[in-house]
Amino acid sequence: MIRVILPYHLCVLAQHEGEVRLDVAAPVTQRTVLDALEARYPMLRGTIRDHDTPRRRAFIRFFAEEQDLSNQDPDAPLPDSVQRGDEPFCVIGALAGG
Amino acid sequence: MSKVRVLVGTKKGAFVLTSDGARKKWEVSGPHFAGWEIYHVKGSPVDPDRLYASQSSGWFGQVIQRSNDGGKTWEAAGNQFAYDGDVGTHLWYDGTPHPWEFKRVWHLEPSLTDPDTVYAGVEDAAIFRTTDGGQSWHELPGLRGHGGGNYWQPGAGGMGLHTILLDPSNPQRIYIAISAAGAFRTDDGGKTWKPINQGLQSPYVLPDPDAKVGHCVHRIALHGSRPEVLFMQKHWDVMRSDDAGESWYEISGNLPTDFGFPIDVHAHEPDTVYVVPIKSDSEHYPPEGKLRVYRSRTGGNDWEPLSQGLPQQDCYVNVLRDAMAVDSLEDCGVYFGTTGGQVYGSADAGDTWNAIVRDLPAVLSVEVQTLA
Repeated sequence: MIRVILPYHLCVLAQHEGEVRLDVAAPVTQRTVLDALEARYPMLRGTIRDHDTPRRRAFIRFFAEEQDLSNQDPDAPLPDSVQRGDEPFCVIGALAGG
Repeated sequence: MSKVRVLVGTKKGAFVLTSDGARKKWEVSGPHFAGWEIYHVKGSPVDPDRLYASQSSGWFGQVIQRSNDGGKTWEAAGNQFAYDGDVGTHLWYDGTPHPWEFKRVWHLEPSLTDPDTVYAGVEDAAIFRTTDGGQSWHELPGLRGHGGGNYWQPGAGGMGLHTILLDPSNPQRIYIAISAAGAFRTDDGGKTWKPINQGLQSPYVLPDPDAKVGHCVHRIALHGSRPEVLFMQKHWDVMRSDDAGESWYEISGNLPTDFGFPIDVHAHEPDTVYVVPIKSDSEHYPPEGKLRVYRSRTGGNDWEPLSQGLPQQDCYVNVLRDAMAVDSLEDCGVYFGTTGGQVYGSADAGDTWNAIVRDLPAVLSVEVQTLA
């Protein structure tokens, strides 16, 4: 079971409260987790990754195990603790500044 | 008894203001989509409870929302706006070709006959259409092709397609306007388009002040009973066309400044036109700190200031291009919103004004529905 934490505004858009728990078949990567997330909540398509490319949107970050995974290969395996469900995969709205 | 519903898009959410036909007491609901920029909310003329909203965010991109109950509840619709075919390029700020990139939907224009059909004006400038209630969107690519889109160049406000006018007497005819590109018209339902900018002059902005494209049109308006007559608020100059945009002439007349953003037409008087003069292109606030709507009852040139109920000192707000609308009650109501968060309404065609609500986030758009 993969645990995903979404930013507040995407929780509202998805009409979901709390962590999202997803069954994701191996390999567990950014891509497969986000594919599963968007399959569960189609309204999130285009809000985390561009529709076409599908690259991470510029002001979205992916954190896990207190590490910034945003620029890792989307097909690289996520940390073991995320794969085991011990740690969440966090989708973050980047600091806006100002 | 008639009701009025005012749909307000702001920098941090949407608000729905409702009143009976007297338009004295108002209920405010919202914020809907709190924290998101709501560029535009508009209802279907044939099914007024069907609303569409453009919701966007620098973090999360574009979302389209749809309501089937007049804004009480909403559901996310399709949000994929893919340019048709080879994306192509327009001119970048440095004059080099730059690929078209979708940024946001500025304006949603529901069909006059079908609640599931809506046109969307987007940045970078293009027009899209849905025929399934917003689930899927398809570009009408002839605009960028036939309009010479490869020569368009954004201005400081972005290259947004912000105005879509459907001709009620001719379903094949649509007018659109794009910041820093100009006005365009189709007579075949969106297959082909042509620039309609003859007579516009933009000295200090364009090397050729009479250029066919490149004029910064801020807004166009028409009256449904006489759709070949168009009124335009350009970057500078208030203009009029009597031949469906084939040629334009200036009607700024005695305005204190002819810079501004919105322009609209009285619901029952095709020659009564409203603008909100703004001091200049770098000073986006009313002249002398006095917020005044100007009304012409003669189709232009002769303008009278309307100030009763509006702040007449220390007022430095702006009124954006999509932030004015009229209702169609017998005594025509006029409404506009400001970047200071006020929405003002007049129930007597502009003679007197009241603030319906004063402290919203900056207002991006105002639309009005007159309900039976």
